[in-house]
Amino acid sequence: MNTIEIECADESTNQSKNESDMKKVNTIELVNKNLKKRYRAERRFKAYGLVSICFALLCLVVLFTDIISKGHTAFFQTYIQLELDLDERVLDINDIRNKKQLASANYQGVIRQSLRTLFPDVKARRDKRKLYSLVSSGASYQLADQIKAQPTLVGTTISVFVLADDDVDTWFKSLDDAKPFTGRMSEKQLAWLEKLMSSESLEKKFNTTFFSNGDSREPELAGIKGAMVGSLFTILVTFLLSFTVGISTAIYLEEYAPKNLFTDFIEVNINNLAAVPSIIFGLLGLAILIGMFGMQRSIPLLGGLVLSLMTLPTIIISSRAAIKSVPPSIRQAALGMGASKMQVILHHVLPLAMPGMLTGTIIGLAQALGETAPLLMIGMVAFVVDVPGAFTDPSTALPVQIFLWADSPERAFVERTSAAIMVLLVFLISMNTVAVFLRKRLERRW
Amino acid sequence: MSTSVLLIVIAVLFVFSYWSGRGKAITSAQSIGGVQKLNSLPFYYGMLAVFWCAIPCLVLVSLWLIFDESIIQQLVVSQLPKDIIQMPQGEMTLLLNMVNNIASGISTASGQPVYIQDAANYLLSLRKSSHLAMSVIALSLAVCGLAIAWVKINPELRARKHVESVFKFLLLLCSCIAILTTVGIVLSVVFESIQFFNKVPVTEFLFGLHWSPQGAIRADQVGSSGSFGAIPLFAGTLLISAIAMIVAVPTGLMSAIYLSEYASKQVRSWVKPLLEILAGIPTVVYGFFAALTVAPIIRDTGDWLSGSWAFELMGMSFQVSSESALAAGLVMGIMIIPFISSLADDVINAVPQSLRDGSLGLGSTHSETIRQVVIPAALPGIVSGILLAVSRAIGETMIVVMAAGLAAKLTANPLESVTTVTVQIVTMLVGDQEFDSAKTLSAFALGLMLFIVTLTLNVYALHVVKKYREQYE
Repeated sequence: MNTIEIECADESTNQSKNESDMKKVNTIELVNKNLKKRYRAERRFKAYGLVSICFALLCLVVLFTDIISKGHTAFFQTYIQLELDLDERVLDINDIRNKKQLASANYQGVIRQSLRTLFPDVKARRDKRKLYSLVSSGASYQLADQIKAQPTLVGTTISVFVLADDDVDTWFKSLDDAKPFTGRMSEKQLAWLEKLMSSESLEKKFNTTFFSNGDSREPELAGIKGAMVGSLFTILVTFLLSFTVGISTAIYLEEYAPKNLFTDFIEVNINNLAAVPSIIFGLLGLAILIGMFGMQRSIPLLGGLVLSLMTLPTIIISSRAAIKSVPPSIRQAALGMGASKMQVILHHVLPLAMPGMLTGTIIGLAQALGETAPLLMIGMVAFVVDVPGAFTDPSTALPVQIFLWADSPERAFVERTSAAIMVLLVFLISMNTVAVFLRKRLERRW
Repeated sequence: MSTSVLLIVIAVLFVFSYWSGRGKAITSAQSIGGVQKLNSLPFYYGMLAVFWCAIPCLVLVSLWLIFDESIIQQLVVSQLPKDIIQMPQGEMTLLLNMVNNIASGISTASGQPVYIQDAANYLLSLRKSSHLAMSVIALSLAVCGLAIAWVKINPELRARKHVESVFKFLLLLCSCIAILTTVGIVLSVVFESIQFFNKVPVTEFLFGLHWSPQGAIRADQVGSSGSFGAIPLFAGTLLISAIAMIVAVPTGLMSAIYLSEYASKQVRSWVKPLLEILAGIPTVVYGFFAALTVAPIIRDTGDWLSGSWAFELMGMSFQVSSESALAAGLVMGIMIIPFISSLADDVINAVPQSLRDGSLGLGSTHSETIRQVVIPAALPGIVSGILLAVSRAIGETMIVVMAAGLAAKLTANPLESVTTVTVQIVTMLVGDQEFDSAKTLSAFALGLMLFIVTLTLNVYALHVVKKYREQYE
């Protein structure tokens, strides 16, 4: 056998052999002939797979680097150091114990005066206005808060860092770039800024405003606290509703439901709801909850309601899987000891299935936390400056805030949008990590 | 008393009723020889008392909260002067809004006609009395229920049986929420769609080639009659979904194959969670990425290419829109990769090992086994996974809202800007809306189409998956 094979191989390599000899080629010959090609195909196929995975992972890496490189600058904010002469006459305060006077004092005047003394050669009215616009309109509130907390400062001269305008901020951050951002700023303004910089009056500090403010039209004053609190309220409502209803449904379907048409109908409904586009749930909220039941628009309660309808299928499906994985022997043992059906479920099945249920719930909630489309439908896109204090206060949510800022024309909003995305992703990834951890730690293999 | 305080009081009452029901059972058992003589455990008597106390009270409160506002509005309307009641619907809504705003202190009453001020005051007083009535009735119902429970509880009462049946009934009620949601969705889109189709014929909507929903503001206005031909929207949706599928299907499928057939356990345990991260990223983030990073890159590349000598030599020039379908489709494809890969991974793993062993034993290479044995065996599952992914791509909203255009163009050129069904729904329903205008209603008609298409895809895909699973089990 062996010898024949070798002979055949020799024959095939020999070009001078005639056609009739070629027909004697046996199977092994054929296999060997194609083997190289087949191995090449094998390697190619494997490489396609590897390339696909690398492409997917590359996308992930590019996405994250893009967001982080755009967003990390938002955590720092440019401040301008000013010598403020807190003159009573300019402030229009004659009694520092009078709260009303402190509240309505002319803090802006003090800041403007200080800017004028820094640049005494600015005379024309238009130039002055340009000079004033280097400082954020929020700086006077910042000063007001400082003086309200410490009224004895009135009459003294203090050196404070005031919030710079968003254009100044973006310019200052882009100085290292090949072409610094100038935006709407004129040559004169840039010259003033150069001067401020040479006297080391410009400084980047940690951006607390971003975490302590609500939304604002001015990028340097805009923060995510309002959106975060709104999201928190919304998710709380979602959790309460979808968790209770979800595990109840799962228990009913797994433990009680008889095998009949009605049960099948419920199951079909749940499976289909799982794949209905999220925007349709928004239409439901708009037409039924707002239109028919007259619920108020843009409130976390409504948002939570809509999102819980959306996450219910996810939670039901995973909870059912968790209940199914509890072995029947546990139920039989409990029933044999005289426990009632409800006791079996509440005392034995539920505690054992809880890790699985919680995992599903956390994953569902993470989905809900990142969901935007249904919230747009029910009016949670309103421009809300205040931080919501209750479930029925108008508010927005973190993803919606990202959507709103992404639409804003100011360049400074780009970094804030990316920073908000970073905050959202941190929440989502930590939620998912907790879910994975729970699954690994508490899951029991039967 | 505000609603939240009322709810807290009611909750305290529930706790009290539990302890009193339990206590009553225990004390009444003392005369017949201790707790063990009770028909059920004391817990069940407590729970029974809670059910008696809670169910009527909570049902009343929820019904009241749902319906009181509409009843109050109707009462206010009936109170208005006769000539105002006969006003057209639109003006009536405006007037009621004004009354509401004055009542809640958003606008000031000064300068408004007297009847509006009266209506606002009447509204306020009605709200106040309604709230008071609700609190009183709810609390008295709770107390009555508790009293009935108190009277009924005796050692012979089969509390356990009652409690268990109520428990089961509550669970059943929760399960019905899924049905109610579906019914709600269907009702919400169908009713408004019927209104829309009364204004615009179905055939025009389904087969019309021109979409410009802006209706005339004045009757004599020129050139803005509003036309509702949805074909450009469907075409745009299909174009973007097709681009997404071209990206996602090969990549997702090949990564699933690599992960389940070639990768070592260690690689698998690293790559799978990473892909799951890709799946867990919110769509709004993808939208931002598409609009601010991918779209400019594609536009600049296009400009550079069309300016380069190769194209100039051929006399070709093209313009890439900054809202090109390509950018939205590409990013949507990236979003769908993990979806397809995890679904395909599942079905590939479900193919019995014996099939692979047989094929390998006959001398085929690994890739031949996969291509000629595993994939054909897993094909139904893979196809249904792809169908589910298509349904997701069609229903995807945020990426296209942020990265695709608004103008409805009928084109197959991926470099131009197109709009999709979901984009139109969002643009028409976000912000201030004119109710009952064809423009607003058309969003619901689009929603109906979206629902029907995704539902059909899902039902079919799930059916295929089910059939396929049974084959190997």
